[in-house]
Amino acid sequence: MGNISNPVKRFDFDEKVDGRAQYCADIKLEQMLYAKTLRSEKARAKIASIEIPHLPPGYFIVDQNDIPGKNIVPIVYEDQPFLAPNRVNYIGEPILLVVGPDKPSILDILKKIKVNYEELKPVLSIAEAQELQEEYIFANKPCFVEYAYSKGNIAEAIKNSKFFIEDEFRTGYQEQAYLETQSMIGVYEDNRVTVYGSMQCPYYVKEALIQALGWPEDRIRVIQLPTGGGFGGKEDYPSIIGVHAGLAAIKAQKPVQLVLDRQEDISCSTKRHPAIIKIRSYIDDQDQITAQEIDIKTDAGAYAGLSSVVLQRLMYSASGVYNIKNLKVQARAYATNQVVSGAFRGFGGPQAFFAIEMHMENIAQQLNQDSLELKREYFFQQGDTSSTSGLFQYPIKLDEIATEIAKMSSYRRKRQLYSSQKERLRGIGCSVFSHGCGFTGDNEEKLIKPKVRLKKYSYNCVQIFVSSTEIGQGALTTLRKIVAQALEIPIEWVKHEYPDTDFCPNSGPTVASRTIMIIGKLLYDCALEMKDRWNEEEFDITHEYVYPKNLKWDNEKFQGNAYPEYSWGANVVEVEIDPITYTLNILGIWAVYDIGTPIDEKIVKGQIEGGIVQGLGFGCMEVLNSKNGQLLQSSLTDYLIPTAVDFPEIESKLIHNPYENGPFGARGLGELSLVGAAPALALAIQNAIGQKVTQIPVTPEYIMELMQNAKYD
Amino acid sequence: MLNMINFKLNGKNINLKIHPLKRLVDILRDDLQLTGTKEGCGEGECGACAVLLDDKLVNSCLVPAALLEDKSVLTIEGYRNTEKFKVLSACFEKAGSVQCGFCTPGMILAAEALLRQNPKPLEGEIRAALAGNLCRCTGYNLIVEAILLAAKEGEGLWSKSIDL
Repeated sequence: MGNISNPVKRFDFDEKVDGRAQYCADIKLEQMLYAKTLRSEKARAKIASIEIPHLPPGYFIVDQNDIPGKNIVPIVYEDQPFLAPNRVNYIGEPILLVVGPDKPSILDILKKIKVNYEELKPVLSIAEAQELQEEYIFANKPCFVEYAYSKGNIAEAIKNSKFFIEDEFRTGYQEQAYLETQSMIGVYEDNRVTVYGSMQCPYYVKEALIQALGWPEDRIRVIQLPTGGGFGGKEDYPSIIGVHAGLAAIKAQKPVQLVLDRQEDISCSTKRHPAIIKIRSYIDDQDQITAQEIDIKTDAGAYAGLSSVVLQRLMYSASGVYNIKNLKVQARAYATNQVVSGAFRGFGGPQAFFAIEMHMENIAQQLNQDSLELKREYFFQQGDTSSTSGLFQYPIKLDEIATEIAKMSSYRRKRQLYSSQKERLRGIGCSVFSHGCGFTGDNEEKLIKPKVRLKKYSYNCVQIFVSSTEIGQGALTTLRKIVAQALEIPIEWVKHEYPDTDFCPNSGPTVASRTIMIIGKLLYDCALEMKDRWNEEEFDITHEYVYPKNLKWDNEKFQGNAYPEYSWGANVVEVEIDPITYTLNILGIWAVYDIGTPIDEKIVKGQIEGGIVQGLGFGCMEVLNSKNGQLLQSSLTDYLIPTAVDFPEIESKLIHNPYENGPFGARGLGELSLVGAAPALALAIQNAIGQKVTQIPVTPEYIMELMQNAKYD
Repeated sequence: MLNMINFKLNGKNINLKIHPLKRLVDILRDDLQLTGTKEGCGEGECGACAVLLDDKLVNSCLVPAALLEDKSVLTIEGYRNTEKFKVLSACFEKAGSVQCGFCTPGMILAAEALLRQNPKPLEGEIRAALAGNLCRCTGYNLIVEAILLAAKEGEGLWSKSIDL
């Protein structure tokens, strides 16, 4: 038994590297049929009638009338139908399924179906939603949720301030672009339905099936298959298509496979929320930032989905890693007739940190200070309170992180050089950021109540039963490591398979950077108890999450510990811009993180590298625009994600700072690595061109616009 | 309209009566149950369906059956039995190149196609060779690292033809 951080071979490695892993689309069951979805072509309309052509034998339609239970997806707010009842609210909304044995014939039938719409005036932007006086999309208001919270005495601080600095920032859609598209198989046998598929949250899919079918839960089973990436995109959307596959299988009395094609997946599944963030900082006569007012707007799309929770994370992160004593934050998630915005790695964090990091830079510039030194003055420290006035009880090593990253990247020398050197468009930027691990507030206990089970067999074998999924992040390996190390047994003795709701308790969804810190800790506790009883033959241990006594949270006022604990980081990006084409050449990328103890250094490195590159894509490449409710990019030809040639190697380091409530001292990482990349890049570009960057992605076209506008000023 | 097509697949002769426009990816996955070749986009952008056609890396979603006549196709199911695969696989493991795994068979074949032509590639050459294979998990560097390592560890092996 060595150090827990030492890398081991991934347990899913062999079957993935040699092509043996069976993803959903690789599975062919006997008599299996295929399903394809008919989707709305209108952004907002009533469905007057649907004309179905004569169907050949063996083909049939699944629509709202085939839903015996409630035609509403169970998520935070119950507003989204599984299959459109009589109206549609976005282009791509599912209306019905065509099911049958031959894929080309299904496409042929789909083409012949005619939907007669009565079009309504759609709401196509945040601005349009704000102006709406009637015919709201959701209840009788323009937004799904409207939140506000404050800290300190903002009025007093404003009164005593000398002036304010204000910026407005915009961020765009981002598509998860997991390599495996959304896919499910429904099977109906022995009076039960089983849904297999690509997913992050088996119990979300199960709960959706319970609601749609109105069946008792013992007639419903959900099994995760090897999943080709998630990034949040397989958090909520699989509930919808899982139900589609289940309904089709029940009607067909045969297995039915539903695999989205890439165009359909990009156009119709959830995206990262576009956001508009306005920050106003009040400065006193000592040049101190004494207060901030922050206003956040997101485009939530046609249904509420996870927008309320995303908005909460966004607003708790809005003042960054800075101890601003007086704070007022308001936030709204607007309803529009656009594709539904949802979960995406970072979950509001990337938008928040882009805005605050650019804003802090602008303050430093106006105060004629070095931005990293200015930021350092306000870094959170142990004993401070967070934006929501929650006490930071554990050591925060932001100072060490900032010092380390500046050293690794020669940040100061380059910054000075590039600020004085105007003949070359070179720049360097540094972002500092955090990510709350686990569910917001006390929702781990109130909403999720995660349970885990560890079973010992009579021989040398222990099995992990959790609903946490392996989506590439390494859960099938890291959770085994935690259990083996705690029990002091060889890792080969620990069994852990893809979750099956018939055997695995509900440990909650695989989201929110919670798998290691929350589920890993519950398994660790089970393992310690098992170790004491190791001489007994066969037994089970189940543990349920208990909200730590040293935390508190008021969900009405948004006051207290917004997260059980945080991970921290800093990124530096160095760029050169071509003065003719305005294309970016990334010269260097550096990263330092404090994630407590890394459970496996190799898996951690994979999370770091992949997250940074996905974040840089968000920052400069991944353009996804909507016009008249239609996304203009719908394939990997026009929605560009990073390739092997776009970014150079990344130099990264971890700061040692074990967390006492994490397994072996570990905290969360999965999302953190994406959060700071775009702001570091945007700051580097701003440094290179000497113009304020106020939106991402920073494309060559946008750089050209900024530079040409500067010429005319 | 169906035609008889004859080609070599993983060293074995295949005779199939199929539509001449049927995509190679569908022939492999649907007709021959070789599902190690994945479909990620269906338009030649992602490289998840990459196979070797007469030793050249191609996206099998863009190859119609008619083009296969008298050609030789190598998929991961054939390649995984080779010495070269063992070296690449070990280096992918060492470098941590596999996460969700969906791009991996295509990446392995892209690496083979490169190393066959260029047994001692520079980092930039590796990046260029992988530019047609998308990966959303690793950020690519860990795959580039694996191929650099494989070039070294499999020295002498790469220019040899594949013996199935």
